[in-house]
Amino acid sequence: MAAEKVREPLIFEYTSPGRRGVRFPEVDVPTAPLPTELLRSTLPLPEVSEVDVVRHYTRLSHLNHAVDINFYPLGSCTMKYNPKINEALARLPGFAHVHPLQPEITVQGALRLMYELQESLKEITGFAACSLQPAAGAHGELVGVHMIWAYHQDRGDTRRNKILVPDSAHGTNPASSAMSGFQVVEIPSDERGNIDLDVLKAACDDTLAGLMLTNPNTLGLFEEHLLEVIETVHAAGGLVYGDGANLNALLGIAKPGELGFDVMHLNLHKTFATPHGGGGPGSGPVVCAPHLADFLPAPIVVIKEEATDELPPLYGFATPPKTIGRVKAFHGHFGVMVKAFAYILMMGASGLRQVAEDAVLNANYLRARLQEAYHIPYNRICMHEFVAEGHWEDAPDVHALDIAKRLMDFGFHPPTNYFPLIVREALMIEPTETESKETLDAFVEAMLQIAEEAHTNPEVLHSAPHTTPFGRVDEVKAARDLVLRWGDRPR
Amino acid sequence: MYSPLTQAQRQAMLEQIGVARIADLFQDVPEAYRYPALRLPPPMTEMEVAEELRALAEDNETVRDLVSFLGAGAYNHYVPAAVDAILSRGEFYTAYTPYQPEISQGTLQALFEYQSMVCALTGMEVANASHYDGATAVAEAAVMAYHIFRGKRPKVVLSPALHPHYRETTRTYTQGSPIVYVGDDLPPDAAPEALLDWVDDTTALVMVQYPDFFGRIYDFTALAEAVHARGALLGVAVNPLALGLLKPPGEMGADIVTGEGQPLGIPLSFGGPYLGMFATRKKYVRKMAGRLVGQTVDSRGQRAFVLTLSAREQHIRRERATSNICSNQGLMTLAATVYLSLLGQHGLRHVAELNYHKAHYAARQLAALPGYRLRFPETPFFNEFALHCPAPADEIAAHLLEHDILAGYPLGQAYGEAFRDVLLVAVTEMNTRAEIDLLVEALGEVH
Repeated sequence: MAAEKVREPLIFEYTSPGRRGVRFPEVDVPTAPLPTELLRSTLPLPEVSEVDVVRHYTRLSHLNHAVDINFYPLGSCTMKYNPKINEALARLPGFAHVHPLQPEITVQGALRLMYELQESLKEITGFAACSLQPAAGAHGELVGVHMIWAYHQDRGDTRRNKILVPDSAHGTNPASSAMSGFQVVEIPSDERGNIDLDVLKAACDDTLAGLMLTNPNTLGLFEEHLLEVIETVHAAGGLVYGDGANLNALLGIAKPGELGFDVMHLNLHKTFATPHGGGGPGSGPVVCAPHLADFLPAPIVVIKEEATDELPPLYGFATPPKTIGRVKAFHGHFGVMVKAFAYILMMGASGLRQVAEDAVLNANYLRARLQEAYHIPYNRICMHEFVAEGHWEDAPDVHALDIAKRLMDFGFHPPTNYFPLIVREALMIEPTETESKETLDAFVEAMLQIAEEAHTNPEVLHSAPHTTPFGRVDEVKAARDLVLRWGDRPR
Repeated sequence: MYSPLTQAQRQAMLEQIGVARIADLFQDVPEAYRYPALRLPPPMTEMEVAEELRALAEDNETVRDLVSFLGAGAYNHYVPAAVDAILSRGEFYTAYTPYQPEISQGTLQALFEYQSMVCALTGMEVANASHYDGATAVAEAAVMAYHIFRGKRPKVVLSPALHPHYRETTRTYTQGSPIVYVGDDLPPDAAPEALLDWVDDTTALVMVQYPDFFGRIYDFTALAEAVHARGALLGVAVNPLALGLLKPPGEMGADIVTGEGQPLGIPLSFGGPYLGMFATRKKYVRKMAGRLVGQTVDSRGQRAFVLTLSAREQHIRRERATSNICSNQGLMTLAATVYLSLLGQHGLRHVAELNYHKAHYAARQLAALPGYRLRFPETPFFNEFALHCPAPADEIAAHLLEHDILAGYPLGQAYGEAFRDVLLVAVTEMNTRAEIDLLVEALGEVH
């Protein structure tokens, strides 16, 4: 086999013994004997200068696609623009250099920010209570499902061991339910992309703990029988969990708490414009109706002493009386909360409603323009995203993956592909509100050209991408060799 | 503001869609609930928001305004400027999870380097691309150990010297599962070997901390042997900075190493986002949760990296996945990777030694004060120690705050009456000798 070409070496491969990227002061106190029997002998880290480090990671950064570079229509991921001011604010010394265990009196600004963010999220979603502790969407799901479990246990209703999850749901939904010890029952979708009401009704018995529902769902559709679905679950004694991944479509349009959801997580890193960071950190606050408030994870921020004429209110932490407990160390991703709070302040009610309207407008515009060239299986007015098939009967060798890879040649990140599972060769497209009509039109032109190529020149799709720094990556070899760190040898 | 559509464009787009008004797009939303009132403050400009948040930030007293000896799982360290310069690159922080490897090699290669560095630090064979923090990494260790034994060993032994938040988080995570937790009602004075009383053929995992919550360091080699002799696994939760100096858990026989990566270039930020580190033996790689990056080649013969073994994860296995984790701490792994690259083995050892020597200097001075003594005088420690005080530690801490000193963490908050008078004092490279002397002087005035 020919030797592999290396585009950018690993940082380890820049090592030159004796180099350092940063120096620290010498010790300014009398030294103590080191515990000789507990010392390590070697530590194979890179030995490089600061300039080596900065150039290496800057060059690596050039190998990424990002929202700051171009359109990123990744369905269900809400890759909207991340305002720069938020980055600056989260780095203010008064936020960045505060220890989580400082006495409450020394962190009133941080506590007030958390309190007001809790209040804002409750208002936006129509719920009574909020915990900011969960670190990400899936973490919030785990919290919500645990709260459902705790609610039934608290009522002595211990037979309820079943959670219903639609077949269009994100994989974290069944995984979260299973982690809570629930049996997961999948509910199929009907021909209009709604939850199948007959199957739902049949599944609603006295072992039902709840339903996890993403609305709009992963087809980008608002559940047409939403109120009946919720009533059905409630009538059977179950609770309805709302997966907030797709909340962007509903800001200022409808409040899930008013629609009857019992508990829901939000993704600050989707809906509220905090960056995804190449996979995190996210933040997944949980909001809930009054009957679940006592079960929220601890701590939450409360006003401990109301304001007086002379003094502002005193903020502090409190533990809900029947809390499921703590789900991480300390209080949650505060640095992410700062960014989301700044975003909400800038948008206000009118701005948030405009977000939802433009996000839905953009998605429907793309749907309208692509529907002639791509089959859209549930083709009706959508919310913030829609799902097309990346496949044609008369071009049988072309798959959604080929379309995704070919889109990279046009400078676009591909849509989510092969999800949701209920659409064959799915291409799930979410433009978000931060894209201009010009960008959408350029994307449409690329998609139309690709559809044409699929029929006239499929090879250019199969061999795509062509203009990216890397060609198609051999995933099978990665799984077979299992080279998972520098120095590993292929098995 | 962040939506570039003009009114004319909106109208043209509505025509393309075939509806008259924006509101027509929301006909599926039940009418009675459509367009609810949203009681939020009116929109603010960037300039006004900057001022509003600057004021909130200034309502906090930082560990830089005060003299801080507060640790207990989160530490005040110096972060070289190059770390944030790299983290501030939009190519990194505005990217998603690297599902499309052809246009995500920057993130993927950095993650591969991170995994390599975690393995180097811990002495383990394989590391994942992160959990949320040190607490949830321990919870995932418990779940993984339970699944390694296919549920036949439902017992997990937690050291009482494991961070109280980690223990609470782990219990919350697995409520509703058959896992039972034991061991952490032992007095924290007990040596780690005391945990062996709980280890039998129903035990999956013994979880200890290194340095432990009280700052103590033990060699777990004998414990690992004894745990293995009974067929169970040993998990060690680490402070990775200490591993710049100390023998890695992998050399002691640990099967799982978790850690809180915050000391590696991540600001305190009132508790997050931090970094959950997770490493194990290669034979358990398919039982490990979280994302994993592997090396491969692309169609042009270039070395490349890609997310691998994803059949373990929720988006493939759904309810049969052992964890639901999806988003992790991507950007925080980059912080740790850049930090470790800048320091290298010698720099990390130097910072670790600064922490060690300064903490020992502080401990010697404080223990010499009348009425004060080290709570665990016989046990080696790293950069944190338990100080027995002549009065309740929370009262002492409150008193020192009046002198603008964060004296430490009053251990009675987590360990009850027996530790009412004990203060957990952390000293890092950020504390000058003058600050330590100030602490000694201030505590010396408390009787």
